[in-house]
Amino acid sequence: MTDSTPTLSVTDLRVGSPFTELLHGISFDIAAGERVGLIGESGSGKSLTATSVMGLLPETLTATGTIRLNGVDADLLSAGERRLNSLRGNTMAMVFQEPMTALNPLMRVGAQVAEIMTVHHTERGRRQARQRAVELLAQVKLPNPAEAALAFPHQLSGGQRQRVMLAMAMANDPQLLLCDEPTTALDVTVQAEVLKLIGNLVTDRGTALLLITHDIAVVAEVCQRVLVMYQGDIVEDGPVGRVLTAPQHPYTQKLIAASDLSSVDDRGRLHTMSMPVVSTPGAAPSSPRPIQADATAALTAPPHRAAHQCLEPDGPPIIFNEATGAPAISVRGLSRQYRRRGGGLFTPAPVVHGLREVSFDVAEGQRFGIVGESGSGKSTLMRILCALDQPTSGTVDVLGQSVDGASERQLREFRSEVQIVFQDPMGSLDPRMRVRDIVAEPLRQVSRAEALVRVEAQLAAVGLDADVMHRHPHQFSGGQRQRISIARALITRPRVLVADEAVSALDVSVRAQVLNLLADLVDEYRLTLVFVSHDLGVIRHLCDTVAVISDGRIVECGPTASVYDRPLHPYTQQLVTATPSMDELARRITS
Amino acid sequence: MTAIKYETRARRPAGHGGGTTLWAGLVLIGLVLLAAVVSVFWTPFDPEGVFSDSILLPPGAKHLLGTDSFGRDVFSSILRGAQISLLVGTVAVGIAAVLGVPFGIVAGMNPGRLDQFMMRGNDISLAFPALLLAIIFGAIFGAGTVTAMVALGIGTAPAFALIARSGTMQIMSREYVQAARASGKSGLFIGLRHVLPNISGMLIVQASVSFGIAVLAEAALSYLGLGTPPPTPSWGRMLQDAQGYLFIEPLLIVWPGIAIAVAVLGFNLLGDGLRDRFDPKMQVKR
Repeated sequence: MTDSTPTLSVTDLRVGSPFTELLHGISFDIAAGERVGLIGESGSGKSLTATSVMGLLPETLTATGTIRLNGVDADLLSAGERRLNSLRGNTMAMVFQEPMTALNPLMRVGAQVAEIMTVHHTERGRRQARQRAVELLAQVKLPNPAEAALAFPHQLSGGQRQRVMLAMAMANDPQLLLCDEPTTALDVTVQAEVLKLIGNLVTDRGTALLLITHDIAVVAEVCQRVLVMYQGDIVEDGPVGRVLTAPQHPYTQKLIAASDLSSVDDRGRLHTMSMPVVSTPGAAPSSPRPIQADATAALTAPPHRAAHQCLEPDGPPIIFNEATGAPAISVRGLSRQYRRRGGGLFTPAPVVHGLREVSFDVAEGQRFGIVGESGSGKSTLMRILCALDQPTSGTVDVLGQSVDGASERQLREFRSEVQIVFQDPMGSLDPRMRVRDIVAEPLRQVSRAEALVRVEAQLAAVGLDADVMHRHPHQFSGGQRQRISIARALITRPRVLVADEAVSALDVSVRAQVLNLLADLVDEYRLTLVFVSHDLGVIRHLCDTVAVISDGRIVECGPTASVYDRPLHPYTQQLVTATPSMDELARRITS
Repeated sequence: MTAIKYETRARRPAGHGGGTTLWAGLVLIGLVLLAAVVSVFWTPFDPEGVFSDSILLPPGAKHLLGTDSFGRDVFSSILRGAQISLLVGTVAVGIAAVLGVPFGIVAGMNPGRLDQFMMRGNDISLAFPALLLAIIFGAIFGAGTVTAMVALGIGTAPAFALIARSGTMQIMSREYVQAARASGKSGLFIGLRHVLPNISGMLIVQASVSFGIAVLAEAALSYLGLGTPPPTPSWGRMLQDAQGYLFIEPLLIVWPGIAIAVAVLGFNLLGDGLRDRFDPKMQVKR
């Protein structure tokens, strides 16, 4: 394809704010029909690249360089708004991360797809445009496209909305399709389908694709070539197979090593990225911790080994992972129902089953993973385990304390024994409080001086310096904030730690660090860990036992390796194939 | 592609939302504040006496803005009038915040029956105009500055309760509140340590806007003779006094009008500017 002009040609693109330069002169070409992935961590400049191409940069940023689109005489960077408008949605189109906010909530989706064509005069009449819209919705494999065209965005699921976005993007047969994290907001099983769809659509029509993501697996699934971005520069450019198996730039090597949750170093820890530029001042890049990994591992090796069980389609409810003696957590026949808001004016609000007849044990010292997709009930279960919510029926015993129906007074002991780490490192810390007050918050009846001493010790334990105590949360990166959350959870010396998607919002490199830290702390404090996540890879690395939850029920439970290697339930099998390990990815590409 | 077509781009410089508005508001309020402070120590003439030798003089070198029907210097009255406007505004907003904010926070922290009950009560009082309440209070307890301040305060409280409740409900869904609950913190602690500091931005905006409304309401009450009693100068009563001389000395009605406009506009601009600065939706996404 070297002789033909590239579809997109970016030369020496520099983007800067008045204070700093954010993109340092990047150049790349995309040939007609080529599928290119742009990968990088948050802040690497990958989204800036896409918005520059679309001419959607915020006005406070200035850009220099040239961006040329095949067949368009103008330089996109200097083209006027009117010219760009005629190109956007026509010769180049974009799909955004969050399909709910990118669709007009008050317009039927069919009309939104049709509008794209009437605006650019590719379909003459409204009626033809509507017909074509239904065809497009069929092409993105929406079930019942004629009916779906009449739906409003909120009536569709996340995956379906993203399909509608794709139909809109492809409506005018663009030369170039830009996708900015198109599947990040979707569940893993849906993600695989949407990615396959994107791949098929662009291949069939010969559209060039620029796919922006932080997830190597996504690139491997769809793209032929990959660009790796790091701090405003493209550091590596090559075929996906080569970059994945033999990365050349040190950053790419570390990124791929850190993404691989199945490979560990000789101390049983994940590979982290210890490039000096990644760690920010204020935190030790990797916490040097006086831990003999083998010794502690031997001490805390769970005495209890779970049986691998699977829920039969019409079988009786099973007590999963049933433990002998006194388990740390014992849940029997747990159900939680919600009344959905609304319904009709005169009809009662519909009942939603959050959890249905869930029974399981977690033995003391066990690392228990709960994996499930959004809406599966895993967060409800977690909230009930922490006594933040009450079950509709069933019993929950944690550390011998009955949690269901207990008053706050009865739970006083429980509150310091069971702590929780949340997903969102921004939302889980009060922006108006200083770190010392945040970490000290769970302490009771402790003098201020003693509290400060304990906070300092706890911050050291999670690898943060004592001088962070007087700062506010916004001064920290996501990984550091998550360390602060962990410090807060551990300051009361709890026996049970519940983590809700604790690493899902973090960059790959930071994720590995936080997982290592969690693993160390669980050993050191002899914690019983309940780790809730949608990511099977993370659970596989961290937990010895895993329960798969779907539609409010545990469908399968057993030792992690066993569940991962020999999934019994069809849903688990689907989940496992949707989250391939790095080895499998490499194998798929090379074959 | 909808996003591209419908979204207008943010044209504010990042991180400095509402700069001009905020400063314009601060300058106008600064003028009023300066007038109030200066008039405590000094005014060109005594604004409370009667001077038969200088009735209805036009603006000139001696009397900057002229004199009124009692021979009082208008400029002095305007300066002194700022005091009463600011006093009424401060006390009324203070009463409103003290009543409304805890009410709203308690409602927002207890979703369900209690919240519904409290908010329906709030709706009823919200349906009752503050000005009407002040007139009724004036009729019952006798007209005066104190009655006006208390009535305006009570009348404005429901608006504070609404704002505080909606803010509280947002904060209660944050994970740091969940974390505090998971470590057994009481409702009082969460309300004081987490909720109040995090909704203070919204409350300050509301306070600024309510302040403007209170200044306007005080002027209206004084105009009706239900506010500040004579001889204390008040912008509203200056309007009323000037009314009778509308065709003889029309400027007399302009000066207090400008003063009221400056104060109300100042507080509204300040409120808008602060809203732009505090409202997360206005901030440019990175």
